[in-house]
Amino acid sequence: MSSASNTSRRAFWAVLTAPAAWITLFFVVPLSVIWAYSFGRTLGLTEVAVTGTLDNYVRVFDPVYLLIFAKSLVFAGVTTAVCLVIGFPYALAMTFASDRGKILLLLGIMLPFWTNLLVRTYALMAVMRTEGYINDMFGLFGFGPVEMLHTNFAVIVGLVYVHLPFIILPLYSTLDRMDRSLIEASLDLGAGHIATIFKVIVPIAKPGILSAIMLTFIPALGSYLTPDLLGGPDSQMIASVIERQFKRANDWPFGAALSFMLMYLTLLAMGLRAIQDRRAARARPQGDA
Amino acid sequence: MATASKPLDSKPGPLEYSRRWPLRLWVGAVILFLYLPLASLVVFSFNDSRRTIRWEGFTLDWYGTMWNDSALIDAFTNSLTIAFISMLFSVVLGALTAIALWRFRFPGKGLFDGAVTLPIVVPEICMGVAMLVFFGQIVPWPRDLVWPFDLGAIIIAHITFSFPFVAVVVRARLASFNREMEEAARDLGASELRALWDVLLPHVRPALISGGLLAFTLSLDDFVITFFTSGPNTVTFPVKIYSMVRFSVTPEVNAASTVLMLITIALTAIGMKLQGRDLAQGH
Repeated sequence: MSSASNTSRRAFWAVLTAPAAWITLFFVVPLSVIWAYSFGRTLGLTEVAVTGTLDNYVRVFDPVYLLIFAKSLVFAGVTTAVCLVIGFPYALAMTFASDRGKILLLLGIMLPFWTNLLVRTYALMAVMRTEGYINDMFGLFGFGPVEMLHTNFAVIVGLVYVHLPFIILPLYSTLDRMDRSLIEASLDLGAGHIATIFKVIVPIAKPGILSAIMLTFIPALGSYLTPDLLGGPDSQMIASVIERQFKRANDWPFGAALSFMLMYLTLLAMGLRAIQDRRAARARPQGDA
Repeated sequence: MATASKPLDSKPGPLEYSRRWPLRLWVGAVILFLYLPLASLVVFSFNDSRRTIRWEGFTLDWYGTMWNDSALIDAFTNSLTIAFISMLFSVVLGALTAIALWRFRFPGKGLFDGAVTLPIVVPEICMGVAMLVFFGQIVPWPRDLVWPFDLGAIIIAHITFSFPFVAVVVRARLASFNREMEEAARDLGASELRALWDVLLPHVRPALISGGLLAFTLSLDDFVITFFTSGPNTVTFPVKIYSMVRFSVTPEVNAASTVLMLITIALTAIGMKLQGRDLAQGH
């Protein structure tokens, strides 16, 4: 961005020292400790000896835990897919709205987004309880009460509810940057709106859509609160298992190994996104030529 | 925009997707899905019944119960204190991070950039347990300090996950900065730091405000990381609500949730207003 050669060192250090020290001491060090613990074993209640053992990682591949990882991936995947289906038309409407409409639609998703996660989850609990509003409505039509809370279904609904803004915002920013003359051309040449969406808008916006998918998938994968409050005993995700190792089971090294497996999955997803972005950036000049 | 000048009852133009009924219906359904649970939560905080489902009449009793619940009020005070201190630190650290990354080229820049981006993407649970171990084993935070110093561990954790967000907001704003302004200040004899302070700071002020409000809300909103750093005497509002939700569902939880929602909405409104005024003032 700028040349450093002629800048004064004083300004540089004045700007860099505090954030660099903070991030090292309060972020890099704690994570490194967890990483080291993942190669250790428990001695006492909270005492850990870092022995360099790989036992904890071997235990992660125990079928019980593999199943939970698989389930978490499925939950996050289904959530992302549902969010995409619900969110894409919303983002589309937002892109082509008037200035005023854009602000209103943006506000429409931002207010829930800014509302406390716990409050939103609690609100859903009230709706889905056996004696909740939905079952009340079912009652009017003569259905028996349906157990919805504490099921996998409730977890998916909760994750979609919480993560919808995560997909709409990046989708909107991609669609908003798009060259509208291409859409107009498609419509002028006789394509219908649906055909235009799938044959013109989606291919052009593909890198942005993939990016939006990752931005939804990553936080959904590490969810703790939603499965904890809305899920039943068989809808646990990785985060709940990690929490148990640290708070109740007191097996910190194993919890640390699980945390780092989750971290690696997250970083893998981020890496895929970065590769996608780079490929898209490389493809663009060729496409124009 | 051209669309604004058209009469409302005209047929929608080819690109006016937002005025086509299938999309309108869809958007309406999404809004209902997002707001209905929250709206019913608010409505039933005024319900004169312990059973939270049927409407029995209007009352403010639950807000009274909440007001007299000293544990809840303490948790609330803690949350606001933490959010305020975290906001101040996050704005400073976030602005410094953004300026460092925007203005200077230095060895290890990529590493620094990665380190300050990581807190945004790391799963909350991982950061939570890291903080639990750090403040439990490595640097034990004294439990019996006088308020608000007993909140130190939580505040530090909150600053750590908030300031990278502020940095992102400030960096976006810096991208539109005209470097010639700073050069002009330097030509007129200002030192490097002086030029940054006098010319750059006014430019990024809207970003500092929205970044600060973001940091405040992130701190007020956080449950997972706080859950792992808080002790029995350092309970925050979300952690308190969590234990209430877990052990007993009463309309008092609805009242507490409504208060939290109102604060967030008020903060957002203030933020938007301030930003709007700042933008109107000559940008």
